[in-house]
Amino acid sequence: MTLEEHLAVHGPPPLLSGHGRRQDHERAERLVDEIGRSGLLGRGGAAFPTATKMRAVAGSRRRAIVIANAVEAEPGSLKDKTLLEAAPHLVLDGGVLAAQAVGADELIVCVSESARATVQSTGQAIEERRQDPDYAAFEGLSLQLRTVPGHYVAGQESSLVNYLAGGPAKPLFTPPMPFEQGVKRRPTLINNAETLAHVALIARHGAPWFRQLGTAAQAGSALVTLSGPLAHPGVYEIEHGASLSSLIEAAGGAMAGLRAALIGGYAGAWVGGERLGAIAMSNEYLAPHGASLGAGVVVLLSQEACPVAETARLARWLSDQGAGQCGPCTHGLDALATSVELIAAGDTQARATQRIQRLASLVQRRGACRHPDGAVNLLLSALEVFRGEFADHARHGPCDLCARPAELPMPVRPVEDGASRRGGSRR
Amino acid sequence: MSHRVRVNPIACEAHGMCAELLPERITLDEWGYPVIDETPVAGVALEHAIRAARACPTFALLVERERDRRRA
Repeated sequence: MTLEEHLAVHGPPPLLSGHGRRQDHERAERLVDEIGRSGLLGRGGAAFPTATKMRAVAGSRRRAIVIANAVEAEPGSLKDKTLLEAAPHLVLDGGVLAAQAVGADELIVCVSESARATVQSTGQAIEERRQDPDYAAFEGLSLQLRTVPGHYVAGQESSLVNYLAGGPAKPLFTPPMPFEQGVKRRPTLINNAETLAHVALIARHGAPWFRQLGTAAQAGSALVTLSGPLAHPGVYEIEHGASLSSLIEAAGGAMAGLRAALIGGYAGAWVGGERLGAIAMSNEYLAPHGASLGAGVVVLLSQEACPVAETARLARWLSDQGAGQCGPCTHGLDALATSVELIAAGDTQARATQRIQRLASLVQRRGACRHPDGAVNLLLSALEVFRGEFADHARHGPCDLCARPAELPMPVRPVEDGASRRGGSRR
Repeated sequence: MSHRVRVNPIACEAHGMCAELLPERITLDEWGYPVIDETPVAGVALEHAIRAARACPTFALLVERERDRRRA
């Protein structure tokens, strides 16, 4: 959508600046309060209240920086890329409003360097705004696009802070949290791109409008990336609380029998086939299953895939995607992957199942970031949901389905070090 | 004011000194990295914790006051 089309559909954003210092401040507080009343939760995966995060940054004396995080390194996720390709100005509006709300003078949009179409549409949208003399959004605000490596942990908040400071896109030891001390040691508000699009809409239409959709604990609509054996996999906008079966129906229906759904991405959890029809897309519903919507990723696994072979491949992939910074994660995820591989191969001598439980407790909460926790969460849920299949493999070795091609996406994205970034294209 | 022992897992290189100096709080996992009891330390245990933190070759072991541990 061009700037002209965007303005024709949504109208101009109710900007907060340029009304005099005191009025600007009041307007900023009102917007944050409105976002608080809307119940908007962050859409990057953690579902943290957006207004709380904004208040933490706004409360600091130092000039803040806002980052729109669209790195979206989760393999099953396309929603932020899709959003920035279809409606970049909505995300930019949200970013500008967030910047004005927390008193920031810089807005940095971070996109994965491998997402060429997203980089292009975002860059074009920024250029359009720069060239439009009537567009007041840039008063006192520097707006820039930065491309970031796309490996799994690159999208974490502290990885962005690290990368933008000239380091590798790897997590930092926290605290200080980015909202206290982030880019240029300034308080940094890092919001997911979809979150900012909702901010842009709430600023225009208000909290009651936003709350018309969704559940009590999770208001509004959400972008969900649905993949698997479907007629039309892709990104869908749903109401929180909608049933998974309605989502599958919207995607043209399943093309094969479904074994299970992975919800919340590769730090998420599996929900077994017999419960699939009843799944509601909200954290209230998913919590008892050990799952959450995360960044809105749903991957359906067909009956023709072997869940043990898929889990073994995924465990190895998650181990390889570690930044290699923290010993317990580096060694622990490697040992976990080896144990799953032994089960998949039918090696019962290893007592691998007990070892997995022990390793899981050794790895959890011992990294600088949450990568080991997410990987363990996923692995334990696979062992639980596919209990029968794992027991079969431990006893009898590989099954007929083991040799089939992988259904779960596992892109080859080497974890990049700082040294390798010099040649990369940047804006 | 209560204190806790924590490790910066990025800085830690598994020298294992901390487990020698603070065995009442720290054991090593199978790869040599510290597993820490993070309940508050006080008195003699706090003295030992500070000594262990000072001895860490990579300054990865931290003794933090409770109020330093603010979270979002």
